[in-house]
Amino acid sequence: MSQSPFRRFIIILTLAWLALFVLAPHFLVVLTSVMTPDSEHLAVWPMTLDAYARIWEPLYADVFWQSLALSAKATLICLLLGYPFAYIVAKMSPAWRAFMMFLMIIPFWTNSLIRTYAIKLLLGNKGLFNWVLEAIGVIDAPIQMIYTEFAVVFGLTYILLPFMALPLISSFDKLDKDLIEAGHDLGAGFWQRFYHIVLPLTMPGVVAGCLIVFLPAMGMFYVADLLGGAKNLLLGNIIKNQFLVVRDWPFGSAFSVTLIVIMGMMLWLYYAANKKVQRMGGLDDQNL
Amino acid sequence: MSKPPILTLADITKRFDTQEVLSGFNLSIEDGEFFTILGPSGCGKTTVLRLIAGFEGADEGRIMLNGQDVSKLSAEKRPVNTVFQSYALFPHMTVFDNVAFGLKMAKVSKPEIAERVKEALATVRLSDFATRKPHQLSGGQKQRVAIARAVVNRPKVLLLDESLSALDYKLRQQMQMELKQLQRKLGITFIYVTHDQEEALSMSDRVLVMHNGQAQQVGTPREIYECPNNLFVASFIGEINVFNAEILENLGDYRYLAAMDGFKREIHADRRFEAGDKVHVLLRPEDLRIEYLEDAPDRPGFSGKVLERNYTGQTLDSQIQLPSGQTIMASEFFDEDDPDFDYSINQKVWVDWVHGWEHVIKAES
Repeated sequence: MSQSPFRRFIIILTLAWLALFVLAPHFLVVLTSVMTPDSEHLAVWPMTLDAYARIWEPLYADVFWQSLALSAKATLICLLLGYPFAYIVAKMSPAWRAFMMFLMIIPFWTNSLIRTYAIKLLLGNKGLFNWVLEAIGVIDAPIQMIYTEFAVVFGLTYILLPFMALPLISSFDKLDKDLIEAGHDLGAGFWQRFYHIVLPLTMPGVVAGCLIVFLPAMGMFYVADLLGGAKNLLLGNIIKNQFLVVRDWPFGSAFSVTLIVIMGMMLWLYYAANKKVQRMGGLDDQNL
Repeated sequence: MSKPPILTLADITKRFDTQEVLSGFNLSIEDGEFFTILGPSGCGKTTVLRLIAGFEGADEGRIMLNGQDVSKLSAEKRPVNTVFQSYALFPHMTVFDNVAFGLKMAKVSKPEIAERVKEALATVRLSDFATRKPHQLSGGQKQRVAIARAVVNRPKVLLLDESLSALDYKLRQQMQMELKQLQRKLGITFIYVTHDQEEALSMSDRVLVMHNGQAQQVGTPREIYECPNNLFVASFIGEINVFNAEILENLGDYRYLAAMDGFKREIHADRRFEAGDKVHVLLRPEDLRIEYLEDAPDRPGFSGKVLERNYTGQTLDSQIQLPSGQTIMASEFFDEDDPDFDYSINQKVWVDWVHGWEHVIKAES
C-alpha cells in the first residue's frame, strides 16, 4: 500500500483526535476513579479502591436494577413500535419510504435536550395531553404524567426509537421477498412465516437495535432529570450527581467505568454471538 | 382426450395498476405432462405461473386445479409447489430443514418427515448434504435442493420459474436432462417457464408460446417448430426465412399456385386459401438448398448472391441476398459424398427448397 503524504496526514490527524478526545478523557476517568475524594481539590492521592467498593452498597444496586428495568422497558417499547414500523417502511414505494425516513431523521436536527423539554410541555399537568383529554371530557382533573416513570420511559422511547428503526429497516431490506413467497408456497400461514422465516432473518436487526437503544438509555440522565423529577432513576443520574452535586469525582468516575465495562461486555457478547451465527451460515433457529 | 385436464385457466384477466397483463387468457394442462410456457421477457409468462401458484390473484376468470376451483385459495393452501428462479432456499436452515419445511407445515409426523426428506434428497442425489447450509452448496446443488423441497410435498403440479437460467451452459444441459427424467419418474405435472426456446423444445411434451399477454400457439415442440401459427412464433423459435407470396390458383388437395419473388410455384399449405390471398411462405434455413448455378434444377426458384458463409463444424451457414434485396439464411449439413462444398463471397447461386417443406401462413401486415 502506497502511503501518500496526504493519507498519512489524515491518519495521524484521526489518531491524534481519538487520542485527545476519546482515549485521554477515558484515561482521566479511570485515573480519577482510583483517587481519594477531596472537597477542595476534587480528587487527590493516595490511590484507593474505595469508590469501587461503595458501588456495591444496596442503595446503588437498587438504582442499578431500576435503571436496567427502565432501559429495558424503553427498549421493549421501541422494539414493539419499531418492528412493525420498519416492516411497513421497507414495503413502501421508494417515494413514501424516502418521506418516512425524512420524518424520522428530522428530529436529529434538534438537540435532544430541547426535544426533552418539548415532551415536558406535552406531559405536564397543564400540558397538551391533559388539556386535550379534559377538553374532550375523558378526564375531569389532570392525570399526573410528568415526573413519573411513565414520562421517563416515554422520553427515552421517543428519543431512541429511530435507533431501533434504522437497523430494523435495513434488515427488512435484506430480507428476500422470494423467501416469504417460498414460505407461502410450502404451506406456512402468516404466523408460521413470521416465526420460522421473518423473525430469524431479521434477528440481527433486532439485536443491533436493542443494543443501541438499551445501552445509551441507561446514561440519559437529562431525560430522567427533566421528566422523572429529582430522583436517581438512571445510572447516568448518579454519575451526574456525583460530579455536579456531591462533588465526589472518584465515585462518579468509578460508576462511569463500571457502566462502560458493562456496555463493553454486552457488545462483546453480541459480536461473539454474531460470529458464531455467521459461522453457522445463518441465524440459529432450528426448532421448527 | 379421455382424462380431464389437471389444470385449467379460464378467461383470466390480470391487471397491474391499469396495465392489462393478461386478458381473457385460457390454458389447459393435462395430468402428467411437461408443459413449458415460452416467451420473451414481459410477455406475461411469469404472471401466469404466479397466478397458478397463488402469489397473485386474477382480476377475472377461474383457475381449476384437479377439479377444484382454487381461484380464491391462498398460495399456502394450493396443492402446487414452486421452484424459484433464485431458489429461495432458507439461508438459516440446513438442507434437511429446508426440504422438511413443507411437511412440517403440513404437520406430517416426524418419522415420516425423516423418511420422505431422505427419499427426496436421494432422488436429487444429495443424500450426503442434509446437514449443510445453503451457502455451502454450489449453484447446481442449490437447484436440486429447491427441487427436492418442492417435490417432497407431492404437489399436483410443480411450477418451475426460469429455474435453470442461473446455471452455466453445461450444467444447464445436464439439469435439463435430469429434470426431464425426474418428471417421468415422479409422474407429476411440470409447468416450466422459460425464455430459452432451445430449452423449451428439448424438455417439453407441449409448449405454449406467449407474446404480449396473448397465447400465440400451443403444441408439441415439433408442431411449434415446423408449423408455427404466425410470424411471431416462427421467428421466436429459431431462425426462419419469410417470403411474401400471393395465391393465384387453388389446385385442390391443399395445393396452390403462388406468385413469389419473380416466379410462380406450386406450394402446399395445411389450411384453405382463396385466389388473391396474400400469404407468407416460411422456410427454415435447413429447408433451403443452395445449388451452383450450373447445377440449377429445371424449376422455378431464387437466384442470389452469397454475402457471407460461416463454417460451424456441423453445418455451413450462408447468408444470401436475393435480387429483391431480401437477405436469407441457409444452413446445410455437410454431405459425405461432397465434403469440399463451399461458396465464395459474392458467388451467384441458385436457391431452392425441398418441395413440401414450406409452411404457409396468412400474411400479416
